[in-house]
Amino acid sequence: MNIKKTAILAAALSVFTLTAATADTIKMAFIDPLSGPFGPSGESAYTSFQLAAEHINAAGGVNGDKVEITGYDNKVNPKESLVQLQKALDDGARYIVQGNGSSVASALIKAVNKYNARNPGHEVLFFNYAAVTPAFTNEMCSFWHFRFDAHADMKMAAITDWIKQNPDIHKVYIIGQDYVFGQAVAKAAVEQLAKKRPDIKIVGNELHPLGKVKDFTPYTQKIISSGADAVITGNWGADMQLLMKAAAESGSSVPYLTFYGGSKGTVAALGAAGVGRLYQVSEGITNLPASPEQYALIEEYKKRFPQYDYYYHRAFNTMAMFKAAAEKAGSVEPIPVAHALEGLSIDQAYGKAIMRASDHQVQQPLYISVVSDDVKYGVDDTKYGWKLVPGGTISLEAAEQPTTCKMKRPT
Amino acid sequence: METIVFALVNGVIYGLLLFMLSSGLTLIFSMMGVLNFAHASFYMLGAFFAYTIMGATSFWLALIFAPILVGLIGAAVERYGLRRVHVNGHVAELLFTFGLAYLIEEIVKIVYGKTAVNYRVPSILDFPAVQIYGADLPAYRIFMLFVAMAMLIGLWLLLRRTRAGLIIQAALSHPHMVGHLGHNVPLIFMTVFGIGCALAGLAGVIAGNIFVTDPSMAVQMGPIVFVVVVVGGIGSLEGAFVASLLIGLLQNLAVGINASFADIFGFLGLTSASEVGSITVSSLGPVLPFLLLVLILIFRPQGLMGEREL
Repeated sequence: MNIKKTAILAAALSVFTLTAATADTIKMAFIDPLSGPFGPSGESAYTSFQLAAEHINAAGGVNGDKVEITGYDNKVNPKESLVQLQKALDDGARYIVQGNGSSVASALIKAVNKYNARNPGHEVLFFNYAAVTPAFTNEMCSFWHFRFDAHADMKMAAITDWIKQNPDIHKVYIIGQDYVFGQAVAKAAVEQLAKKRPDIKIVGNELHPLGKVKDFTPYTQKIISSGADAVITGNWGADMQLLMKAAAESGSSVPYLTFYGGSKGTVAALGAAGVGRLYQVSEGITNLPASPEQYALIEEYKKRFPQYDYYYHRAFNTMAMFKAAAEKAGSVEPIPVAHALEGLSIDQAYGKAIMRASDHQVQQPLYISVVSDDVKYGVDDTKYGWKLVPGGTISLEAAEQPTTCKMKRPT
Repeated sequence: METIVFALVNGVIYGLLLFMLSSGLTLIFSMMGVLNFAHASFYMLGAFFAYTIMGATSFWLALIFAPILVGLIGAAVERYGLRRVHVNGHVAELLFTFGLAYLIEEIVKIVYGKTAVNYRVPSILDFPAVQIYGADLPAYRIFMLFVAMAMLIGLWLLLRRTRAGLIIQAALSHPHMVGHLGHNVPLIFMTVFGIGCALAGLAGVIAGNIFVTDPSMAVQMGPIVFVVVVVGGIGSLEGAFVASLLIGLLQNLAVGINASFADIFGFLGLTSASEVGSITVSSLGPVLPFLLLVLILIFRPQGLMGEREL
């Protein structure tokens, strides 16, 4: 009798502690490549999110709850991502974080939409920190999706504005990865150049397979023989690093205007050849003047993860905005958080960040920077780092692009 | 013109690299009649070993010792693994090498991490050697060319001009007869397997720093090596050589061609507005070797220079 009572008590207690434990943690699933050619891209973002979560937890968590981020390796494969998404949902994740690969993001948006329609009360939110195909906040926009990175048209607008100021550029070569994102970049480049600099000749518009090319020498050779004055590329991860490796080898001095020149290893691949030649447009660089706290964060990141550099500033923005939204809503449930995120504005290290309510696209200042050997923080363990180009600051208002999104909100 | 010249140079270098990889595979096949699925894994091991040795000492020591180390591992795999599995037939051998490929990949992931290591071109060779039409050809690529040529000549001399080569050739086609003549056939098999793996390792040493050294390099290189071996004719060294160069040139030349399907098949009424017509030859570059594989299997199943069918 006594034993039975104790058993019941124990069972009841364990159920109680179990529910208490789950209520105390906000589970976020980080679904991105953690191995393979794009592994470094995923891992450096994952470590950024982890550090951001640690800081939030150390400061008392979100509304008193702890944030827990778990990594799920999707190998940049949309099909694999859906398997990992299911795994994450089974593990109780309510927030999905992904960024590498618009093909993956597209699959996840559709899957999350479907899941939320079928499981009212158990909705999940998708925080996209790097998949920048414009469609996700235009025709494909979803209430469940929030993008914390400037999309391809916004970044391209920054690049084409820069080209507009440089009358020496007459011929432009576009090279990119052959999938939805690379195609979006090429389309944006052609359209915007035609508007801003109709005199520019596009001497090449090339797409190569994603993550398959080992040797970019034939491509750089083509770029050289086309006589291009500048190259525009949306390449990221290994495709960025290898493209620049081949470009450095070929010895040409064509400037490369990139979205993701900050991909790990790219600056190291170029070495001295990158100075004044490799450009990137991003939401922040470590060599911008910043607060002592931001410098401390940059140094803490490097100390904790010496193989990477502080690059994913937007990961910290994502977490800061999530925390602010949850506190504003007084809840960590996805729907109130989503409503609170709409129109939310935070002061981040390099300016403001506002989550536009109409399409869930973050609005923030953008910076065009170039590789330089005269910087406070080098990257890839070299003395070369990113330096703001003169006139390279694009204000939040100037970076804004219109949207066609007709947001459907849950009633 | 300059595009063609450059594509030729790069194509030959890439082709010779492919040959370095596939020569071992084709030798092992003609010897044991088994396709070694783990062959590209030895290529990967070569690159990782070279990275480690170069970090501790110099690139030149890595160039010598990494392939030897890989060859020893290969020999051990043959001696203690394949030879025992051999009794159970070809399917068992095939499955064994298949499993081995996964095993090596996982071990590499545990030891070196899941992402790429920073294996770099030695600084002494990191300068532009010649300029062709305004583009630099790095000294390291020329060095690759020389290493590949030296390996090619060395292998040819070993097989065709030495007594050991004579015995190996005999053991490939008539192992029992060679055994009856008093030669240690299992030892020959082990040696050939080891040499084949060492050649793959050497390819890894010289290619790992110009491409990427990461745990997925074996999986990415694997299919193309099989294409070379099948196109050349399984078991034929000459065939592998021709196929390697053919595929190296094909891939490099294709990238340089801007023409689309609409330009080529325009006379059939294909326009560039259509889905098929807008495909360009350059975007097909990576697919071409596999297209070649399919065509060869249909029209010449024994391969370009092979003697037996699959």
